[in-house]
Amino acid sequence: MSTTESAGERAAPATMPDLVTERSVVVCCGSGGVGKTTVSATIALAAARAGRRSCVVTVDPARRLADALGVESLPNTPSEVQGDWPGHLFALMLDSKGTFDDLVQRYARTPEQAEAILANRLYQNLAGALSGTQEYMAMEKLYELVHSEEFDIVVVDTPPTRNALDLLDAPRRLTRFLENRLFRALLVPTRMSLRAVGVATQALLRTIAKVAGAEIVQDAVGFFQAFEGMEDGFRSRASAVHELLADPATAYVLVTSARPDAITEAGFFAEKLAERDVAVAALVVNRIAPFFGGATDETAERAPELGALEANLAALDALAQREEGAFSGLAAQVAPAPVGRIPLFGDDVHELLGLQRAADQLFS
Amino acid sequence: MDVDTFCAQSHVIVVAGKGGVGKTTMSAALARMAAGAGRSVLIVELEGKSGITAAFGRHGDLGYEEVLLAPAAPGGGGSVRARRLTPDDALVEYLEDHGLKRVSKRLAHSGILDVVSTAIPGIRDVLVLGKVKQLERDGAADLILVDAPATGHAITFLTSASGLVSAARGGPLRAQAQDVVDLLSDPARCRVMLVTLPEELPVSETIESAYTLEDKAGVQLGPVIINACDPEPVGLERPAAEVAAAAGLTVVPEHLAALEEARSFRLARHAVSTEQIERLRRDLPLPHLLVPALDAPSIGPAETQVLAAALADAVTALVAEGAP
Repeated sequence: MSTTESAGERAAPATMPDLVTERSVVVCCGSGGVGKTTVSATIALAAARAGRRSCVVTVDPARRLADALGVESLPNTPSEVQGDWPGHLFALMLDSKGTFDDLVQRYARTPEQAEAILANRLYQNLAGALSGTQEYMAMEKLYELVHSEEFDIVVVDTPPTRNALDLLDAPRRLTRFLENRLFRALLVPTRMSLRAVGVATQALLRTIAKVAGAEIVQDAVGFFQAFEGMEDGFRSRASAVHELLADPATAYVLVTSARPDAITEAGFFAEKLAERDVAVAALVVNRIAPFFGGATDETAERAPELGALEANLAALDALAQREEGAFSGLAAQVAPAPVGRIPLFGDDVHELLGLQRAADQLFS
Repeated sequence: MDVDTFCAQSHVIVVAGKGGVGKTTMSAALARMAAGAGRSVLIVELEGKSGITAAFGRHGDLGYEEVLLAPAAPGGGGSVRARRLTPDDALVEYLEDHGLKRVSKRLAHSGILDVVSTAIPGIRDVLVLGKVKQLERDGAADLILVDAPATGHAITFLTSASGLVSAARGGPLRAQAQDVVDLLSDPARCRVMLVTLPEELPVSETIESAYTLEDKAGVQLGPVIINACDPEPVGLERPAAEVAAAAGLTVVPEHLAALEEARSFRLARHAVSTEQIERLRRDLPLPHLLVPALDAPSIGPAETQVLAAALADAVTALVAEGAP
């Protein structure tokens, strides 16, 4: 993955198939319940079908999809999904805490330092409780896989995110947390730093200790103490991840369902991306009502026997057209990004077969 | 059961479910139903999404200040109000209430709150629910509807308080958490209604979260709302070709194929939803409220009214099922 591509790379792929044949970093984003994980896996599968070595990072996949991809036994490690395609498909399930642990181990100066951090109570809460950490770890995993140079394309699923900035700013947020000046100042209680902390803040810390318990403040101080000296490594890593996210070659795929509330949320997401000058590379509308085409009212009039069948066809066609109309505004908003559609199938298949069927439709 | 009795069961209803199942729409419909039965309703939205305002024909996101979404209808209706309540809102308010008004803004900027809320996971949830408890105690409305975060989060959201009670040794925070536990575990004060769709993943997640919520949060679960149920297919029993042949009709092959595809699609979707409703019935012994899929491009006041009426019908039917 090179960061020297021309700005022209920012242009959306001309077609959906271009997305899987030309791009190497794909981020699937959107609100919850729209099928982001399925779409991520579908895109990775399509890339393998196009002969590439692809890897999908899934976040909290539904059990049956996890089974189908075989990711549950070994979180955080890509395992190959066997199938009849010219390329290779790998999948992994993100383990946020494990990814963070790996980072700590990588940047710790000594094994003892790593151990002290891993044992700290505040650290143990970090992956689960600090908002944005899961988002960052998904991106961190993406960065790691992209730079392993083992794959032609890496597709990452993201945690349900309402605001695109939470995703784009996740690396920065963690750095800011780790560089918390206030707690850092406490580490060296010289006269200077005490002045830096300030009287009000000291009073505040005492209040926190009183309200929430003294051990909270102790844990926090212990954490920042243990972290001492690792900030540079973390900071440069975070900015490298941030650069990857801001790279014009990174393709953001916005996933939505055809439900009105989901479309509204997707529009909001695209707006926030645009604020950061990040273009949507493709829009995928998942579970859209299929269009069967061509209800003719005259037939119904001529043949009352077919009445119920005609009415059913007409109702489904109307639904399909209404859904198509419902996201036309969104499609215009993200233009010239191509729009891919995965229809709602008669049955719900979550196995590999379902993904293949979805890929057939999405990249047809 | 009549709607009035249903609405009088508790002061707070937490509406929870997986993302994309229509939680916000159902909160709006429940509010409309309760208001129709003469109760004043306050909707508490935790993420500041605009769905609630749109459902009542208003524009824009909710803010911290309460807004009136629907005035009380003449002849005994109740009003519907709504507000946003984010953890940050609740935290700043908590600090202000505890004599830290002066520094609360600065605190929010210094990042110290991030450190504290990481050190005490769940503090944000406890503060939000603590505020809900305060609203309930103050009699802010006859019924407070809380539009909960999406399921994975809903479990954390509702179990944080009991976790904090067992972890914290004492002090104001523990007291706050205890108050929240008291609220959640008293069925006369608070119930949780899960919303789902008649599809495999949402149903599986609903069953799992129902048990987790009962076991870990000790909450009383109300009926499960099954949203977007398709109507029973009528007159689609026989294949299109067979119907056409029996009637001696010659239909253009493409059109006949379209009729048949549409028929089998409808039957297949209906089979999936019947199977999932059946599974929910079998695996989760809670009464259900079935709400029809709407034939509408967006949810506005008219749609909210239709959904509220459907919910009211389903609530009334609870008696017929012999449900509690």
